[in-house]
Amino acid sequence: MIRLVFPLFFAAILFSAGIYGVLARRNAVLVLMSIELMLNAVNVNLVAFSQYLHQLTGQIFALFVITVAAGEIGIGLAIVILIYRNRETIDVDEVDLLKW
Amino acid sequence: MSGWDTWALTLAVFLPAAGAVLIAVVPSKDDRTPRVLALVFSGAALAVGIAMLFGFDYGAAGFQFTVNASWISAIHATYHIGTDGISLPLLELTLLLSFLCAVYSYRILPSPGRPRAFLALMLLLETGMAGTFVALDLILFFVFWELVLVPMYFMIGVWGSSNRQYAAIKFFLYTLFGSVFMLLGFIAMYVKSLPHTFDIVALQHQAAVAPFARNVQLLIFAGIFLGFAVKVPLWPFHTWLPDAHTEAPTVGSVLLAGILLKMGGYGFIRIALPILPDAAKVWAPIIAILATIAIVYAALACLAQSDLKRLIAFSSVGHMGFVMLGIATLSAVGINAAIFGMVAHGIITGMLFFEIGSIYDRYHTRQIAELGGGMLLKVPLLGFVFAFTAIASMGLPGLAGFWGEVLSLFSAYAPASEHIALFRTLMVFGGIGTILTAGYILWTIQRVAMGTVPQARVDEPVADVTRIEWLAWVPMLAGILILGLIPRLVTGVTNDAVTVLTRVFIR
Amino acid sequence: MIRYAWIVPALPAVAFFLILFWGKRMPGKGAEVGIAAMTIALVLACVILGQWASGHAPVHGSFLLLQAGSLRIEAGQYIDGLTAAMFVVVCLVSLCSQVYSTAYMKGDRRYTIYYAWLSLFSAAMLTLVIASSLFELLIGWELVGICSYLLIGHWWEEKENSDAAIKAFITTKTGDVPFLFGIFVLTLAAGTSNIPGITARVAAGGIGTGVLTASALLLFGGAIGKSAQFPLHVWLPDAMAGPTPVSALIHAATMVAAGVYLVARLYAVYAPSGHALAFVGGIGAITMLIAALLALVQDDIKRVLAYSTVSQLAYMMASLGMGPKGYTPAMFLLFTHAFFKALLFYGAGSVIHAVHTNNMSEMGGLRKHMPVTFATFLIGTAALAGVPPFAGFFSKDEVIATGFETHHYILWAVALVTAFVTALYMTRTVILTFFGSYRGEAHPHESPRAMTSPMILLAILSAVAGFFGFLVFDWTHIPAVLEPEPFQVGLSILSVAVAFSGILVGYLLYRTYPERDPMLRMGPLSTLLVNKYYLDDIYTKGVVRPIQYPVARDVNDFDRTVIDGAVNGVGVGTRDVGGFLRYIQSGNVQRYAVFLFVGVAVLAFLITRF
Repeated sequence: MIRLVFPLFFAAILFSAGIYGVLARRNAVLVLMSIELMLNAVNVNLVAFSQYLHQLTGQIFALFVITVAAGEIGIGLAIVILIYRNRETIDVDEVDLLKW
Repeated sequence: MSGWDTWALTLAVFLPAAGAVLIAVVPSKDDRTPRVLALVFSGAALAVGIAMLFGFDYGAAGFQFTVNASWISAIHATYHIGTDGISLPLLELTLLLSFLCAVYSYRILPSPGRPRAFLALMLLLETGMAGTFVALDLILFFVFWELVLVPMYFMIGVWGSSNRQYAAIKFFLYTLFGSVFMLLGFIAMYVKSLPHTFDIVALQHQAAVAPFARNVQLLIFAGIFLGFAVKVPLWPFHTWLPDAHTEAPTVGSVLLAGILLKMGGYGFIRIALPILPDAAKVWAPIIAILATIAIVYAALACLAQSDLKRLIAFSSVGHMGFVMLGIATLSAVGINAAIFGMVAHGIITGMLFFEIGSIYDRYHTRQIAELGGGMLLKVPLLGFVFAFTAIASMGLPGLAGFWGEVLSLFSAYAPASEHIALFRTLMVFGGIGTILTAGYILWTIQRVAMGTVPQARVDEPVADVTRIEWLAWVPMLAGILILGLIPRLVTGVTNDAVTVLTRVFIR
Repeated sequence: MIRYAWIVPALPAVAFFLILFWGKRMPGKGAEVGIAAMTIALVLACVILGQWASGHAPVHGSFLLLQAGSLRIEAGQYIDGLTAAMFVVVCLVSLCSQVYSTAYMKGDRRYTIYYAWLSLFSAAMLTLVIASSLFELLIGWELVGICSYLLIGHWWEEKENSDAAIKAFITTKTGDVPFLFGIFVLTLAAGTSNIPGITARVAAGGIGTGVLTASALLLFGGAIGKSAQFPLHVWLPDAMAGPTPVSALIHAATMVAAGVYLVARLYAVYAPSGHALAFVGGIGAITMLIAALLALVQDDIKRVLAYSTVSQLAYMMASLGMGPKGYTPAMFLLFTHAFFKALLFYGAGSVIHAVHTNNMSEMGGLRKHMPVTFATFLIGTAALAGVPPFAGFFSKDEVIATGFETHHYILWAVALVTAFVTALYMTRTVILTFFGSYRGEAHPHESPRAMTSPMILLAILSAVAGFFGFLVFDWTHIPAVLEPEPFQVGLSILSVAVAFSGILVGYLLYRTYPERDPMLRMGPLSTLLVNKYYLDDIYTKGVVRPIQYPVARDVNDFDRTVIDGAVNGVGVGTRDVGGFLRYIQSGNVQRYAVFLFVGVAVLAFLITRF
């Protein structure tokens, strides 16, 4: 049995990488992927705590998150494709129609 | 309790609103229908008001014609209305002035015309104003209070003169700014009262038995002070008034000066003083100082005005200064003076705005220099009526303006507040204010009515006072004279209620 | 009848409304209504005085005007000898002026409204006289003021006239403010505003001397304004812009005497206060002399008479200031002055009517053209100058003698000097107007009967009224006053000598009809007098103009820039802050995410920390 701190540390790194990607990458697809990283970091935490506390609730939650993430990436990619069709770019810096 | 007693007030308040709805929905090809409807409904409301005068028990100090029905039970807000000696004169003033405005509007409408919209708004305004004076529940009071804003906003914004948008927005936002704090004060009263209630009568009763803590009172007073002081308007919250008046159409100005301003003074008397007596004692000197500044300041500002309508607007600030000085003394004399002053100012200044409207219709300018004088030669009756009203506004004995002013100064000599030296000093400044007032009034009469007709206007065909104007004006002119000669007509109604109200302040 | 004395003021009041609404359609343009009302009023007033003289008790009745808290304001009637005598005087002069005006104002474009105002004035003046409470008195007091304003400005087409009207009103209003405060003080101290109540309260010692002095001095402020005493006398000469009958009625006989009447009516308040009496006497002394000196240099005949009125009113004030013994001489002078000064004004009006100018430099020699006017004017002059046996001699001599006998030697001396100056300026006026040769360009003629008959009536009164001085005390005394000193031959010889020396000096100076008026050749003194002691300049440049120009203008600018600026500033500020903050909404999702992240991080930090 591995100690709790290792998966948590791993998840933290994963989450930070995800935040970096969301905040800094300009490609919309990469932003979406970074969101996936963050979600999965949370999943790792949920599973780890579930194991630690001997309760299944966390794992059930993780399954929920995976399901929602699948839906989310589907819609997200659809939006990205539409943006590309309309504006011939998926650079998030240039998609700022909702300003001021 | 007969049906009449329960329904009279509701009828008086909501008949105009019903008229407004009717005017809005009844399709009319010609312009006559809405005018007739406005006349009928405001006339009916006035008839109810006059009938109430006969059913009113002048010997009793409590509320009469009361209705207390459940309204919003979740926050214990009720439809509680009623009238006593303090609100009755103001209610009657509202009904009378609104009716006369309807008479005036039968023929004379400001551009861009559209009588349906204008008259519907006017009737809605009447409901809001009348409701404010009879509401005995803070939420109801607030609803009526805010109801007044909207029609007036549109009246100024649509039917006003050149700078109307600015004036309308300023009027709306400034009053709203004040009333937000007032609402906070109301809510605080509700929260602090035990049992929780918005009922003014119940709150007054609680104030007499177990008043709020002093600090709570002071804070709540600050909030509602802002709301009422903006409406009065008390110096230095007055700057919306000259703009609103200058831009508003004639009828709007009449109702604004005649009634709207009184809502603020009435709020102080009805809500602030009896529910927060300890705070009132602390705030009284501050209010008195601001009121006295208003008297002198407004008179000086009047001396510098070049626009006739703006001048009269500023004079309102000074007259309401006398009203507020009276209220701030917390004495029976002072509050009687305030109510008398408000009724008198409503008639006199309302009349002045009617006249200025008519002058503008004939001369197409409000600039004193462009009017050029000689009105007594060109339109003798209009000039005479204008001079008469202006002199009444100066506070000449025998005319209505006198009693409010002189009683207010007397109350400052013998205030119920413990700051007697301060109040007597203020009385002296108030006295100086009356000299300055006489100065600008007489100077205005000289520049507008006297002298010779300027060359450019000699051949201009100008009609003197028309029949419809006489119809609207004669009741007011008669009122100025009658109230001046028989002041008991007002104080006889108010005094008992006022005496009960001020009992708490007697040292 | 005395119980229905209120009918006397009610008659002209009714006449006022009749003339105002229907006067133009009447055959006499409304004048007949005014004259009829005034005639009946005069008859009633005489009846009332007769009833009083035959020993009627004072009548007091009142009704509630208003009640506010514990303050009861009543109105009603209070009739004693003072009221009754004033009634007769006011009604008589009112009637004379109305009759006189039928000719003097003939053809005036505002003839009807003029009569309306005259009637309103009479009603207001009689209300002032009959007033049973201080507030009622105030109502009459202010109403006569506004009538004075309306009548001074009767010819308002010219700006000078309306300027004079405004000046008169504002100046008297300045005095009325302390007057109002005096009413407050007295009402609060006595617990009532009813004059009999106050008198009784004072008599019972219910009011402290300090309060009495304060209220007496404050009330006297009103008297200073209304009776044109120094330093508020400046309005009366300008008030001569009004029609001459108005000057005779309002600005000589009745309204300006209201200040004296006020002090007399409330003598119970003044008598116990030495300071108040000294102040009244002092103001009287200053005013009588400075006004008489000013009368010396005037060219406008009406202005001479105006300053003379100021000076004579000051005599009355000084007399009242001498204490309880000075009351009767003051009243005596008030009545006789009303007759002879109204007479002099009618004479001046008659002259002006004939030569169409007010300036004496354009008159002269009118003695031959206007014999009746000349004769009556001469009687008036003799009365005013104090020539025995005319009315002014008895009344003025009584004032002067009382000064000596009550040991007010300064007042006595000033009064004597003033008597000399009075005789001098009246001699000057008569010579410049009626003697020599005519210097103007009009065709002078005697005035019509409507004008001369009131003059003859008043001339008779001015000639004989002096012999009835003994009645004045019997009729008008009130509890607070004492019987005047008996007639002293030695003292009256002195004042007669002074009067004649004034006439003599005047005759010597003017008998050659000098080209240049000797009064204007007194160097700096003349300059000072011609410029009215620079008082008008001080008021205009020191008070009125500064208020109009820098102060009022600055207040308005302050209002627009600072106060309204603050209001608009809040609006503009809100808009600007919003305009700045909107740049945060860049549309860049990642920037929003940064804010989100930073916010969460800060929150997390705060939660874990605290």
